[in-house]
Amino acid sequence: MTTATPTVGAGVQPPAPLTRAARVRKRLNSRTATLVSIVLALLWTIPTFGLFVSSFRPEDQIKTTGWWTFFRDPQFTLQNYQDVLFSTGSSGQLASYFINSLAITIPSVLFPIAFASLAAYALAWINFKGRDWLYIGIFALQIVPLQMALVPLLRFFSTGVTVGGVQILPAWDLVDEQKFAQVWFAHTCFALPFAVYLLHNFISQLPGDLMEAARVDGATHPKIFRTIVLPLITPALAAIGIFQFLWVWNDLLVALIFAGGSDETAPLTVRLAELAGTRGNEWQRLTAGAFVSIVVPLLVFLSLQRYFVRGLLAGSVKG
Amino acid sequence: MEFDFAAEQPKFLMLLYGLIAFVAVVGGLLLLLDVVPTWFARRREAQLVAAAAGGGPVPRRRKQREGLFAFFFLLPTLLFLAIGLVVPAIRTTLLSFMDARSTDWVGLDNYGWMFAEDSIFRVLINTLIWVLLVPLVASAFGLIYAVLVDKARFESAAKSLIFLPMAISFVGAAIIWRFIYAFRGDGQEQIGLLNQIVVSLGGEPKQWLLDSPLNTFLLIVIMVWIQAGFAMVVLSAAIKAIPADIIEAARLDGTTPWQMFWRITMPSIRPALIVVVVTISIATLKVFDIVRTATNGNYDTNVIATEMYNQAFRYGENGQGSALAVFLFVLVLPLVIYQIRNLRKQREG
Repeated sequence: MTTATPTVGAGVQPPAPLTRAARVRKRLNSRTATLVSIVLALLWTIPTFGLFVSSFRPEDQIKTTGWWTFFRDPQFTLQNYQDVLFSTGSSGQLASYFINSLAITIPSVLFPIAFASLAAYALAWINFKGRDWLYIGIFALQIVPLQMALVPLLRFFSTGVTVGGVQILPAWDLVDEQKFAQVWFAHTCFALPFAVYLLHNFISQLPGDLMEAARVDGATHPKIFRTIVLPLITPALAAIGIFQFLWVWNDLLVALIFAGGSDETAPLTVRLAELAGTRGNEWQRLTAGAFVSIVVPLLVFLSLQRYFVRGLLAGSVKG
Repeated sequence: MEFDFAAEQPKFLMLLYGLIAFVAVVGGLLLLLDVVPTWFARRREAQLVAAAAGGGPVPRRRKQREGLFAFFFLLPTLLFLAIGLVVPAIRTTLLSFMDARSTDWVGLDNYGWMFAEDSIFRVLINTLIWVLLVPLVASAFGLIYAVLVDKARFESAAKSLIFLPMAISFVGAAIIWRFIYAFRGDGQEQIGLLNQIVVSLGGEPKQWLLDSPLNTFLLIVIMVWIQAGFAMVVLSAAIKAIPADIIEAARLDGTTPWQMFWRITMPSIRPALIVVVVTISIATLKVFDIVRTATNGNYDTNVIATEMYNQAFRYGENGQGSALAVFLFVLVLPLVIYQIRNLRKQREG
């Protein structure tokens, strides 16, 4: 299409007959925009990159020189990871906390999603009185900051429920790793309003003819839910799953209150916050520790980003 | 190197119990809902057959089945919400009118204390600074970046990098930023990036996180760093959703990029922008982890959520802690109502 003569290029852009100068300016503009956006993106990544580099530097190096000296004088070690993951006692033992994080996260993701998809289906496709009000009520519960629920919920676990001096539900009396159940419970409660809302957005947009046809064929609601709705909303389930995963894995407050601080139950975030507080000058442990804690969400995030973004948009824009 | 794997076994066992409970509850519920109606249907069929054979009256079809299904589908959600959110929220509100040990009513004392005590007033001011700055700066940056990166080369890679901090926990972020704000005495080599830059420009190194009110602003930077990606992704999607013919028409009319942004882009993405600002505001009001990890609320950096935690769980002041939580609720309330009204308008329109 292009020949050696530079003037021919004018025919390439039919809609806007630009002068040559304007074209050059436009190209320059978009080139500047590209450049600026790349520079900003790199700038945004520097803090994380700094941590990553630091985590491979020897202790004395971390404490005396900045991480950027690594490129002048590269000294590489895996000792930090070794220490922080496997040494026992107060210095790290993150492997143990890593398992706690897993044990907390998996059920805390599964339960709310299952319950919320059931509820969202009922709110969208089963006709019953007061349906809209119930939906609005659940939606509105998103307002309640979880801070408001902490003290009473903790009492619910530790002393049970008494009404007028009569014990209705006993205290849970959980010890050690059994405390995971408390955390699962708390996370499930706090996740439900948003999960119901997001899944309702998806489920209510499924074609009504499909449901109608199934009803005519004599399918009951549980059958429709299992065989028609669930397969169709898997992208939405993935989106809310990633959300909930990131939220639970990264949460500090709920874990701090319901899991306690011991290595039996506390997740990585609690341990890291503790390391940052009491052993604030053990930089080498903080670097490796922080990286251990962010590597899993980072992998999940990068591999499933598409679903995450889709869910984000469905939850916040489409409404 | 003395990691003992056997000691971790109870945790896996507990996890297994959790998963078994999950399968039992969810599977059991579905099974129940499957089996019971079938049984009823069979019985009805039998009745119908008997009625047809005997010439008796045909039993009327009952209609409340739907409601029953809905009840069981909603049961777990409603149960958890009631125990975990509704009842606790009501109780917290009640507790906020009681004393530290929740035995006597004290009226509005806890609320009076919030505004009378200097240190708590400081907390409220800090929260105000947070909630004014974070949504503003994060959305502005997100918007500028979304416009800038639109149709640029390497668009998706650049966006991923900006978006990445969303996956990092607030605790992790606070630690990452330690390496920016770290301080070493004058004369020593700096290990914090910010001080290194200051020193190489010929300045004095500073203890960034000890200086009030500067430290609050520096913590806000961390939050902006995390939230800007969210703003960028949502706004970028909104920009891409602007119909191409509108843009084309404007271009034919010879609009400058500047006019294009204010007259076309901004009005088109207004709803998305509002959602972003409101969402970030709500997240900011509840911010806890960053402050707790970076400064533990010292040096005048406390915000409502951290102070609430301190009052209720460290000092045993349940009344005052609850009052702070209720105050947080009151702050979030108008934002959410605004958002709901907005969503309703969007749906109808």
